[in-house]
Amino acid sequence: MAFVAPKETYPGKVFQVGIGTDKQAVFGGENVLTFHSFEGNVPNRALVAYEIQDIPPDDWSETVRKVYEGVSGDPVTWAKYCQDTLKARAIALRLLGTHPDRENRSAEDAIKTVKDVLSAIQVPLIVLGSNHVEKDSSVLVAVSEAAKDKNCIIGKAQEANYKTIAAAAMANNHKLIAMSELDINLSKQLNILVTQMGFDKERLITDPMCSALGYGLEYTYSVMERIRLAALTQNDTTMQPPMLGDVGMYVWKVKETQASEADLPHWGTLEERGIAWETVTAGALIMAGAELLIMRHPKAVEAVEKFVDELM
Amino acid sequence: MALTGVEIFKLLPKTNCKKCGHPTCLAFAMKLAQRQASLDACPDVSEEAKKILGEASAPPIRPVVFGAGSKSVKMGEETVLFRHEKKFVNPCAIAVEVKDTMDDSEIQKLADSVMHSEIDRVGQKLRVDAILVNNASNDAARFENAVKAVISKAPDVALILATNNPSAAEAAVKLVADKKPILYGADDSNAEAMAGIAKTHKVPLGVTAKGLDALSALTEKIKALGVEDLVIDSGARSAKEILEANTLTRRAAIKKNFKSLGYPVITFAQRDDHMLEALVAMLGIAKYSSIVVVSSIEKWKNLALFTLRQNIYTDPQVPMQVEQKIYKIGEPAADSPFMITTNFSLTYFIVSGEVENSKVPCRLAVMDSEGLSVLTAWAAGKFTASKIAQFIQESGIENEIRKKELIIPGYVAILSGAIEDKLPGWKVTVGPREANGIPAFLKSRA
Ligand code: B12
Ligand code: SF4
Repeated sequence: MAFVAPKETYPGKVFQVGIGTDKQAVFGGENVLTFHSFEGNVPNRALVAYEIQDIPPDDWSETVRKVYEGVSGDPVTWAKYCQDTLKARAIALRLLGTHPDRENRSAEDAIKTVKDVLSAIQVPLIVLGSNHVEKDSSVLVAVSEAAKDKNCIIGKAQEANYKTIAAAAMANNHKLIAMSELDINLSKQLNILVTQMGFDKERLITDPMCSALGYGLEYTYSVMERIRLAALTQNDTTMQPPMLGDVGMYVWKVKETQASEADLPHWGTLEERGIAWETVTAGALIMAGAELLIMRHPKAVEAVEKFVDELM
Repeated sequence: MALTGVEIFKLLPKTNCKKCGHPTCLAFAMKLAQRQASLDACPDVSEEAKKILGEASAPPIRPVVFGAGSKSVKMGEETVLFRHEKKFVNPCAIAVEVKDTMDDSEIQKLADSVMHSEIDRVGQKLRVDAILVNNASNDAARFENAVKAVISKAPDVALILATNNPSAAEAAVKLVADKKPILYGADDSNAEAMAGIAKTHKVPLGVTAKGLDALSALTEKIKALGVEDLVIDSGARSAKEILEANTLTRRAAIKKNFKSLGYPVITFAQRDDHMLEALVAMLGIAKYSSIVVVSSIEKWKNLALFTLRQNIYTDPQVPMQVEQKIYKIGEPAADSPFMITTNFSLTYFIVSGEVENSKVPCRLAVMDSEGLSVLTAWAAGKFTASKIAQFIQESGIENEIRKKELIIPGYVAILSGAIEDKLPGWKVTVGPREANGIPAFLKSRA
C-alpha cells in the first residue's frame, strides 16, 4: 500500500510576540506543533533570554557562578556582558533583591536598576519580580512605569496579584507573563481573567510553571503539550499566547547540578552534568511547545541554539 | 489499515446465532471495530477471516524484542502520540556505537563501560541498553573481530550489528545468533540476502531507505520474504528530519494503522558536539524513537538521558509510588531518630538517600499520600495532622522505639502543634525544609 504522509493542518495558531525597541526579538507565530515545518509555518526560533539578577548570585551553583565572576556584582555590567560577549538576544532581569527575605530592596531601588540596565543594552529586557505575591505587585507596577514604552516583558502575574501588574503592563505598553501552577485549567483561567481586564491576549505569555529534569519535568511537559494542542486543534484563543520555560532557576538548584563527583562518582563530571541538566530540560520544553526560555549557562544556551538551528 | 465495522461484518458468518453474546453479527462487528470485543468469542468464524482480522487487529506498532535474557530490550507496542493520553509503553533504548576500525582495547573499554553504566534512580535500574557494532572498515574479518571484542567484555548486552555487506553480516550474526542481535543493514541493494540471513538465524532486521515512501515499500518487500521483526530507519539525521520522519511514522501507524511503517524506529543521534548529541537523543526519546544511537556514554550524559526517559515514560495518571511502611535505614536502635514523609517515589528516594548520606541509622515512616510530594499532598489534604496521627498509631511503632519523637519535613512545620494534639505523649520536631539539610541536622543531634 502506498504511503500517504499523514500531515495535519490546524485551525489555530500561536500569537507572534515582538519585544524590545532598538533590537527587537520576535517569537511564536507558528500554526503547527513545535517545529513541524513540514506541515505549516514556523516563522521564528525559540527565543532564549539570559538570566541576570539585581543582587550578586551568591547562592547560584558554582558551575554557573564562575561564568559570571567579575561581572555579576553589578546588574549593568552583567547585562552588558551577556549582550556583548555572550551575544544574548534578550535579557531577563530578576529583581530577587526586592524579596522581603532577601534584601527587601524598595521599588525605588528596583526602578533605578531597571533604568540603568535599559540604558546600557539594546536587546529586549524581561523584568521579573522576586515571586513574592505582595511585594511583586508594588515593585512590578513601579518598574513598568519606569520602563514605559520600552516594550519589555513584565512578570510574573499570578492569580493573587494579576490585577495591579496587568494594569501597569497595559498602561505602559509592555508584554506580560501570566503564571499558574502546572494545571491547564488554571492557566486558561488566568489568561481569561487577565484579558477580561482589557489586556490584549496577543500581548500575553503563558508560564504554566517550569520544573527541572527529574523533578517533575513530565508535568510541565504534558501541560505544555496540552496547551499547544488546545491552541492549535481547538483554536482556543485563550491558549494561543507563546509559552515560557523559566528553566535556569529550577535546574540549578537540584542535586544533579550541585553534588560533587567525589561524592557521586557514578554521576560523572559536575560541570558537564549541570550544563546537560539545563540543556536537556530546555530542549524537552521546546519539544513540548515552549517559545521563550530563560536560561543561565552559556554552554547550555549554545547547545540549545545549535539544536534549534538543526530544527529550523 | 483498521477495518470498519461493516468491513468486519462482511467477514463474519452472518447467521446472527448470538453465541458471541451479541444480538447480531453486525453488533459484534461494531464492537470488534472499537476493539471492545475479541474475535475468539465467535466460534464459527472462518480461518480465512481470522487471518485477515488478526492482521488488522494487531497492535499498530509491532512488538519487537532484541537481546536475550534479563538484558533483552522490548520495543514497539505504542498506542498514542502524546504521553498525557496514556502511558508510553516500552522505553526508548540507548545504544552506543562501536566502530570496527577502533582497536581491540578501545572497544573492550567501551564495552566495559556499558556493563558498568547501570544507575539506580527513583527505584529503577537504568543503563545503556545496547551496543551497535559498526562495520565501518567494510571488512568482514575486522567486523567479526570487533563483535568478539565486545562480547568478551559485555557477554549479555543486547547487540545491533550494522553492516550492509551480507557476507560480513552472515559471519557476525552466526557468532552471536543466540543473543538475538538486530541485524541492521537491509537496504534496497541487499534486501534479499539480508532477509535470508535474518530469517535463517531468527534475528530482527534493521531496514533503511531514503524517505518514508521508499522505506514503506522496502518493509513490504521484506515482509513478503518472510521477515516480520523489523526496526526501521528513514535516513533522517538532522533534528528537523528526525522530528518529521518520527512524527509521520507514528501518526501513520497509530492513526491510519498503516502496517508498513508500524515498526520500532531507530534514530542515529551521533554528533561531535556531545551536548548537542544529548539534545538530539532527547528528541528521539521524547518523539517516538525506540532506539537512539549515541557516539559516547559519558556518565553525565547517561544520567541526563536516563532521567529524561524515565520522566517521559512514567504513567501520567499514577505517579511513581513506594509502599507505605516504616523503612529502616542502617540499623536503627530503639532511640534512633524517627522521621516521616510521603510515598511519592521521588520524595522517598531523595530523603532516604540523604539519610543514608548522614550515616545516622534512622526509621523513616512513609505514609500513603497517593504518590504526591510533601507539599502537594499537604495542599491536597492527604498529609494532614489527623492522617499522620492515625498512621503512626496504627503502625505499632510505639512498641519499637523508646523516645516518642517524630521528625517532620520543614515545609509542613505548620502541622507540628496539631500532630502533638492528636498524638498524646509524642513530641514533634521540625526538620529542615530541603532534604540536603538532613545530614547536618541528624549529625547535630547525634
Ligand atoms: C509537581 C507538582 C504537582 C504535581 C504532583 C506531583 C506529585 N507527585 O506530587 C501536580 C501537577 C499533580 C500537582 C498538583 C497540585 N499542586 Co502541586 N506542585 C508540584 C511542584 C511543581 C513540585 C512538587 C515536587 O514534586 N517536589 C519534589 C519533591 C521531592 O519534594 P517534596 O516531596 O516536598 O520533598 C522535599 C522536601 O519536602 C524534603 N522532605 C521530604 N520529606 C521529608 C521528610 C523530612 C523528615 C525532612 C526533614 C525533609 C523532607 O525533601 C525533599 C527534597 O528537598 C510544586 C512546586 C515546587 N516547585 O516545589 C507544586 C506545589 C507543591 N503544588 C501546590 C499545589 C497548591 C497543588 C494543588 C493543590 C493545586 C493545583 N495546581 O491544582 C494540586 C493538588 C494535587 C491534588 N491531587 O489535588 C503548591 C503547594 C502550596 C503550598 N505552599 O503548600 C506548590 C508548592 C506550588 C506552589 N508554588 O504553590 N502539583
Ligand atoms: S457468534 Fe459469530 S456467527 Fe454468531 S452472532 Fe456472533 S458473530 Fe455472528
